[in-house]
Amino acid sequence: MSAPGTSAARPARFEPPVGAESGPFWEATREGRLLVQWCTACDRGIFYPRALCPGCGAPHSSLEWRTASGRGTVYAAVVEHRPLAAGATFSGGEPYCIALVDLDEGVRMLSNVVGCPPEDVHSGMAVSVTWEPLSDGRQLALFEPAVAVDRGPGG
Amino acid sequence: MNRDERTLRGAAAIVGVADDVSPTGELDRTGRALEVAMVLDALEDAGLSLADVDGVCHPESAVAFAEYLGIHPVFTESTMTGGSSYEVHVEHAAAAIAAGVCDVVVSVYAATPHSDRTHDRPRGRRGFSGPNPLAEWDMPYGLRTPMGPYALAAARHMHEFGTTSEQLAQIAVSTRQWASLNPRARYRDPLTIDDVLASRLEVSPLHLLDCCLVTDGAGAFVMTSAARARTLRKPPVYVLGAATCTDHMGISQMPDLTTTPGAVSGARAFAMAGMKPDDVDVLMGYDSFTITALLHLEDLGFCKKGEGGPFVADGHLGPGGTLAMNTNGGGLSFTHPGMYGMFLLTEATRQLRGECGGRQVPGAAVAVAHGSGMFLSVMSTAVLATEAAL
Repeated sequence: MSAPGTSAARPARFEPPVGAESGPFWEATREGRLLVQWCTACDRGIFYPRALCPGCGAPHSSLEWRTASGRGTVYAAVVEHRPLAAGATFSGGEPYCIALVDLDEGVRMLSNVVGCPPEDVHSGMAVSVTWEPLSDGRQLALFEPAVAVDRGPGG
Repeated sequence: MNRDERTLRGAAAIVGVADDVSPTGELDRTGRALEVAMVLDALEDAGLSLADVDGVCHPESAVAFAEYLGIHPVFTESTMTGGSSYEVHVEHAAAAIAAGVCDVVVSVYAATPHSDRTHDRPRGRRGFSGPNPLAEWDMPYGLRTPMGPYALAAARHMHEFGTTSEQLAQIAVSTRQWASLNPRARYRDPLTIDDVLASRLEVSPLHLLDCCLVTDGAGAFVMTSAARARTLRKPPVYVLGAATCTDHMGISQMPDLTTTPGAVSGARAFAMAGMKPDDVDVLMGYDSFTITALLHLEDLGFCKKGEGGPFVADGHLGPGGTLAMNTNGGGLSFTHPGMYGMFLLTEATRQLRGECGGRQVPGAAVAVAHGSGMFLSVMSTAVLATEAAL
């Protein structure tokens, strides 16, 4: 399997819209940086970005952006065996893994785990972020099995 | 019932308000940010905080707004009647508070048509709250709905508790046994665990036969007061308990994929009814997928958390077993047009009236209709009973 973002012929993804509070998140993806909104009142991460802290109700003025490590753990993983039924062409018709990933910063996001057979992905697996370009220069955060050598953000 | 006999009078009060307007006709905030500011300001006005709120009114989706606020209300109200929506919310919130359903309810409105025109933003309500979070954070990854989120729940349940595909399949098998007794069921042929496991994988670990049907279907119910019910044609089916809990909208916002908000709605509904799972003769538990039904059994207290797999494995959910579940054949074999909860109520009612023929549960006096909404997002439990169980 080729590394994400290296295939010129990669079929299109559903391209995510940009929410009212998530502009900084998407801008940072252009540089391969994964940002997490952070509540300075209760010292917890927030995902998805909001106009208040869903953990403690603190207002927008208590929130800031932090750069995440890009490391996480698979919480749950499944394999889509009928990509066309899912309306997904990005896998070229091959089964692919969808997973909930718990970032080390304590927030959970949905993603795809790539770089290994999809059925090999399992709860508890260590993963790290990798990026797939979108058509407008933004990048989509995917994950791959964690490797011993830290290649740094966007590696 | 005479209007004077109603119990709303003086039972609930407005304790906090907020609004935001400007002589320019324009506000500098919009969308969710404006809605959130109004809610926080109104709570501040009342001397309360978000942690006190257990009821949410929003004329588009109280569920989506509750998720955004990060709260898990037991009362949501999304009635949309145009400009009178907020007075309807007062009426319904007062009724809910008077009945003890919830304690603190917020209702919110925000719209910015003038500045939308100035800044050439999308007009009207459409898009006002920003893009659906599911479009921004879930859809790019190709998680097929509805089965994808349920497959994630099944995968996590298997990881934590060792639940197997064979155990999930047994739910489809037992439900098919009930369907074989229902002449109106879509599928009545015998089904085996091997049949389920041999059906194609959809979103693993779920197979095709772990998934509900797609059929046409329609239903309705009529309710009135207990006093009037006793004067009508059929034996009354009384509502002894009813409760709801909202946990999230999208699956990535569900705190624990192995525990649904049915753990809250079920406990509250049973407490209101003064009953427990052992008292239930018929369980109508929304079976959009086999895993959905398994989670209901645990969260409603028919077995302990994590023990759903062994609990269903002996097949005692089927005809002649110890727990009659989904006696119409369920969403898995009877019918499923999309919002199946109506059929939980029609079957529960007919079982309690003794109208179910070959699939009748003898002497059924107590039934539970347990509905599941969206992606394990909103659970609502109704405990229903005959006159004998009152």
